[in-house]
Amino acid sequence: MKALSDPALLYLLGGTLGLLIVASLIGFVLAKKAVTDSAKVTVANLNARTNAWWLMVAVFATALIIGPLGTTLMFGFCSFMALREFITLTPTKVGDHRTLFWVFFIVTPLHYYFLGTGWYGMFVIFIPVYAFLVLPVRSALAGDCERFLERAAKTQWGLMVCVYCISHAPAILMLLKIPGFEGQNAKLLFWFVTVVELSDVMQYVWGKTCGKHKIAPTVSPGKTWEGFLGGGATTVGIGAALWWATPFSPLQAAAMAGLIVLMGFAGGLVMSAIKRDRGVKDWGGAIAGHGGFMDRLDSLSFAAPVFFHVTRYVMDA
Amino acid sequence: MTKHLVAGALRLFSGSVARWHGCGPELKQRVYFANHTSNLDGPVLWASLPPPVRMLTRMVAAKDYWSASRLRMKLACDVFNALLIERKKPTPDCNPLDDMVNALGDRHSLIIFPEGGRQTTPEPQPFKGGLYHLAKKRPDVELVPVWMENLNRILPKGEILPVPMLGSVTFGAPLRLTEGEPKPEFLTRAREAVMALRMTNA
Repeated sequence: MKALSDPALLYLLGGTLGLLIVASLIGFVLAKKAVTDSAKVTVANLNARTNAWWLMVAVFATALIIGPLGTTLMFGFCSFMALREFITLTPTKVGDHRTLFWVFFIVTPLHYYFLGTGWYGMFVIFIPVYAFLVLPVRSALAGDCERFLERAAKTQWGLMVCVYCISHAPAILMLLKIPGFEGQNAKLLFWFVTVVELSDVMQYVWGKTCGKHKIAPTVSPGKTWEGFLGGGATTVGIGAALWWATPFSPLQAAAMAGLIVLMGFAGGLVMSAIKRDRGVKDWGGAIAGHGGFMDRLDSLSFAAPVFFHVTRYVMDA
Repeated sequence: MTKHLVAGALRLFSGSVARWHGCGPELKQRVYFANHTSNLDGPVLWASLPPPVRMLTRMVAAKDYWSASRLRMKLACDVFNALLIERKKPTPDCNPLDDMVNALGDRHSLIIFPEGGRQTTPEPQPFKGGLYHLAKKRPDVELVPVWMENLNRILPKGEILPVPMLGSVTFGAPLRLTEGEPKPEFLTRAREAVMALRMTNA
């Protein structure tokens, strides 16, 4: 409950609440106004997204209020669900079955356990070194060589993106020791997640309203230069305006928000390419209006490790 | 109570969503027939039916597998309300077809896997004749094709520990045996109806 004693975190939560109320009101008015069928579908999707945001914000806020362990567990659960979606779409074979059992029930929990205990060294190398070397051995022992490298690579990729990368978000809370900012990391994590998700939402809104020039039409037809630049600039502005919740100066906060926008965009693009290749639009159907867990975490997975390490370096944490 | 818990746990673990493509979940008497790749198939199909339908639906399963341990026996009898049949060649006094017709009665539905056993091939094997004979004896019962996706990746043949992949169960439009339709044609048509549902998955 310590997190609540910090007024800055309360302001952030209050602001998010206000934003959600405004979004719900706008959705309500738009639903009344929509006449054409296509407009009704768009508005229904928008409202489903807003409703899901209420739930996601509620879960995230509860986890933050419970404390670092609650937050770590919540992100661990998200990793597990995202990995589930990722491996489901990856064509693995029966020979990978036991390897995958290890991936889900040993590697993932152990990685989050190391995070929970605050063991930085192990947290950073466990998946890229130990899991990377041991998992293909398990598959090789199963004896099936067909497309071996492809299968091993895809399993490792899923583990890196869904578990290793996503876990760098709770690592902001668990592992950063910023001089002069002790005990306030919950704010920084909240700021980070807000900027990642705002960047997604703002690019979506700008793209829907004035998007014309597609950035990568073959990969993700929804991504436009207007959406990226407009949404990016808005997000950088808001991120900078919220500098008081971070250890950064306003200028540093703007630069960090810019970095998050860029990495988030990259994450969305790469994960889109994978979805395209597998012939699906969404990773799953767990979150109404949004798709699966991975559809909401694609930007975060790319932004989190870079944000974590740049902050660690710049702030000498 | 236990039934609901087991059904909920099965749905959660297999991540299964029931997709009703050619018919809705109704209390009509039906025979659900599906491709078979995993021991989870029967239980997951059963669990993805809505509770009122589930209560009246019995899965037809191999006696040798489900009576191998006390736990399995208990699950099969008390939870899934399974109809356990011998997989040996039918004799006049021991014919699983009679058991199935009796089990249908006037209000129950059945879950069957017409390939006869779990397969490891990507395509389902040719169907065995039971479905045809069942359709002939009970022409009033709807035959619903079902495609079970990914269950073989959750628990493949020969494995004990499951992996939490996301599965799905797709129900298609009911078939009926047309008058004078020969057995091989009908069985091919039924198998194709199951395979056609795979396409609707993406």
